[in-house]
Amino acid sequence: MAKLNFSAVYAQLPGNMTVWQNLYVFGLLYGVSDLKNRVKDLIKKFNLERFTQIKCGLLSSGENTRVNLAKAVINSPTLLLLDEPTASLDPSSAHFIREQITAYAKNSQAGVLWASHNMHEVEAVCDRVLFVSQGKILLEGNPKNLPGEHGKKDLEELFISVAREPLIFESL
Amino acid sequence: MKLHHVKAVLVRQLFLLRKNFTRFINIFLWLSLDVIVWGFTTKYLSSVGESSFSFIPVFLGAIILFGFLVRAQQGITLPFFEDVWSRNFLNLFASPLKINEYILGLVSTSILTGAASIAVVVILASAAFHFSLFSLGLPLLLFLLIIFIFGLSLGIATISLVLRVGPSAEWFSWIIPFILNPLSGVLYPISVLPGGVQVISKLIPTSYVFEGLREIVLHQTFSAKPLLIGLALAIFYLCLAYTIFVHTFKIVRRNGLLARFSSEI
Repeated sequence: MAKLNFSAVYAQLPGNMTVWQNLYVFGLLYGVSDLKNRVKDLIKKFNLERFTQIKCGLLSSGENTRVNLAKAVINSPTLLLLDEPTASLDPSSAHFIREQITAYAKNSQAGVLWASHNMHEVEAVCDRVLFVSQGKILLEGNPKNLPGEHGKKDLEELFISVAREPLIFESL
Repeated sequence: MKLHHVKAVLVRQLFLLRKNFTRFINIFLWLSLDVIVWGFTTKYLSSVGESSFSFIPVFLGAIILFGFLVRAQQGITLPFFEDVWSRNFLNLFASPLKINEYILGLVSTSILTGAASIAVVVILASAAFHFSLFSLGLPLLLFLLIIFIFGLSLGIATISLVLRVGPSAEWFSWIIPFILNPLSGVLYPISVLPGGVQVISKLIPTSYVFEGLREIVLHQTFSAKPLLIGLALAIFYLCLAYTIFVHTFKIVRRNGLLARFSSEI
């Protein structure tokens, strides 16, 4: 567990603590060394300097997502689980979050499991995609090649086909 | 067991207490009000007639010790509720935090808030009513130990119930100590209770504390044996409550209810 972390829209950090306090407490939980400097670095990296002493409950969705992501990488996990990290974000914030995650994956060589319904996002950042329904993997492959292999123009069209007719793909 | 995990649970509570007047005052207010009400009541009773009964040490001492029981229990339940209210379980238990470390973090919080609470009311009782809890002598340490351990077990049992049933069971937290009040003879000897109820009283650790308190104040005698029974009972209940909590936690985690905790079961 010490080398794993996650971020999900349904697991917000406590709104009654400040950004700094939340990162400090979760840094303690994950046994991060040189914690105060690590928190300082993450606050800078995720553009949270203005909100350091602001309670998380007062932040916008985009700001909260950045804090959650800072918490998710605080222990430099080798496996990072993300559930809809860009859901309900404006395009600029979503772009920033995608950049941070891809940079983290590249620099740390960590594995990132990214659950998303945004197929354009998946196509842009993932090197392998799995379509999962009712706990079963229906399709998997490279997001750039997979649509063509199933006669679809892009991943979104493939997603719609899988969602509407999962039984066809279950038998593949 | 990693101490920095325990520290994280404690530090979170200290962050919440710091600069928050409502949380801070809650540590002292109820017990202070009890001391004020019972202080004046006993002062009045002492002034009526020619009674030689020691109202102030018997009643005020008992009220302070009972208040300490409530505080020890709430020292566990309130920090737990902070995690319920802020839907923090998923974040906490997806981290390397273990259940025994979480409980120890809550116990550390209870020690701090309980100590602060008792310190304030001891000063208040001494300044306003010339009653020193320390006049009970060394047995006071044993009284406080039994009460604290039993308070912790009540707190852990309460949070087990809330964890299993959901946030709607929170109200049990406020009432459980007061259900035990009449049964453990806070203000009267348990010998005045009906025979069947006395059997129940003897199963409650705090009964031995309040009987011991009266023995010291009224007869200037102290017998350790009943208190050791009380201590053994308190330790037994603490182990039982912890076992129940761990078992409940496993069920709730296995069923995926931690993530959907606020929806109740």
